[in-house]
Amino acid sequence: MLIPHPLLGLRDAAEFTYLGDAALIERPDWQGEGADEAFHDYVYLRDNPAGAHRELWFHEHGDRSWLVVTRDTRTHEILKVELASDVAFRREAGA
Amino acid sequence: MRYSGLRLIKEALTGNKGWVPAWRDAAPQQSYDFVIVGGGGHGLATAHYLAKVYGRSRIAVLEKGYIGGGNVGRNTTIIRSNYLLPGNERFYEFSMKLWEGLEQDLNYNAMVSQRGIMNLFHSDGQRDAYRRRGNSMILHGAGAELLDRDAVRREAPFLDFDNARFPIKGALMQRRGGTARHDAVAWGYARAADSRGVDIIQNCEVTGFRIEQGVIRGVETTRGYIGAQTVGVAVAGASSKVMAAAGMRLPIESHVLQAFVTEGLKPVLPGVITFGAQHFYISQSDKGGLVFGGDIDGYNSYAARGNLPVIETVCEGGMAMLPMIGRARVLRIWGGIMDISMDGPPFIDRTHIDGLYFNGGWCYGGFKATPASGYAFAHLLATGQPHETATAFRLDRFRTGQAIDEAGAGPQPNLQ
Repeated sequence: MLIPHPLLGLRDAAEFTYLGDAALIERPDWQGEGADEAFHDYVYLRDNPAGAHRELWFHEHGDRSWLVVTRDTRTHEILKVELASDVAFRREAGA
Repeated sequence: MRYSGLRLIKEALTGNKGWVPAWRDAAPQQSYDFVIVGGGGHGLATAHYLAKVYGRSRIAVLEKGYIGGGNVGRNTTIIRSNYLLPGNERFYEFSMKLWEGLEQDLNYNAMVSQRGIMNLFHSDGQRDAYRRRGNSMILHGAGAELLDRDAVRREAPFLDFDNARFPIKGALMQRRGGTARHDAVAWGYARAADSRGVDIIQNCEVTGFRIEQGVIRGVETTRGYIGAQTVGVAVAGASSKVMAAAGMRLPIESHVLQAFVTEGLKPVLPGVITFGAQHFYISQSDKGGLVFGGDIDGYNSYAARGNLPVIETVCEGGMAMLPMIGRARVLRIWGGIMDISMDGPPFIDRTHIDGLYFNGGWCYGGFKATPASGYAFAHLLATGQPHETATAFRLDRFRTGQAIDEAGAGPQPNLQ
């Protein structure tokens, strides 16, 4: 599997480590209402879709950037790649 | 039809004209008391024990493909009960006991072969950990032996004992472990369940559940609606997809695990051997092929095929442990979709919907669990209560702080 890195071009997936669903960027507020329940769902429950899946990959043996990769879990086809920092900044700007 | 040596001789002498199909290809009825979604090993075993041990009838098993076409026909066929933690070990030891009587129970040759499983260790720390695990196994009646280097050499002289990086110091041996013929297990359970009136319905994919006021009424399928009082779901890699139709999010990710088999060779491996310095395990099939595997690829996947870096890593592990494997040629590589739970162990539990039960999260350990999984799930479906060996496998165990972290890896499925 090759991952088209937004800055470095096509890179071998073996250079990366995988964390999981990109929803992990959206950490719940630990002081918020019902934080216990929110953290249970955040840490343990997953959508686990068969199809397009947004997920976090870390370029450990490369530029050490976090990427949000949108990938079809049925075919391993990569549909979109963004820097996770861009995704997080956009989310903050929108919030 | 009962299988026996006498029957074999009779059929051989009369032109093999008396054999009948091992099970009926049933068409769905309008409704059943019990509908089991998923005709894999676990679903078929559930139907068998539900009919035989719990005396229930009007049971159907719905399979989206064909019997033996899923993970039960795609695994590395290892059976063992060598776990550490009590929540796991009592369950897997129950499974091992069922394996030992399986062929008589089913009247089917599942080729259960207790050739032993050896987990190699390579350091003092690892020896201590295996000694501790062996003690846990002995306490649960599973039996274990700690072999020193010479004893391992007597069992398997061909291993690379003086590997510069990972010299072999000994092994934890469970002599009752071994292998079973995987698809014969599916066929045996299917035949035994069918003989007790269970309808095995193939090419019948469940697309949704009919739920009224929190109570299950039946399932929508590609072959029409089927009413049911009790529905049990045992669909392995497709767990999240199927249970999403009931509005559930599960503590499960689906991952691809690759397995490998070489050309047929003369008998060379005495039993199952696992490498302690990397995830690598190997055995030899009765046909002679070396069957081996390693880690999951490590990213969410529903594609029944993996990628090259894992193949390279697995083969490196094999070369480090038994260098002679380099002379064998890999004939086939394939992938299966594993339902990886957040802590490793499975779930056999009720859901928030009355009459809907779930069995899944088997990671890459589902095959050895087949008999106990079916037995415990049948117990749950019949009585509404968890079986005594499966009380730890609750869906809410993370909420209540009862996770069973056998691997010590934390809630990270690709590390289980």
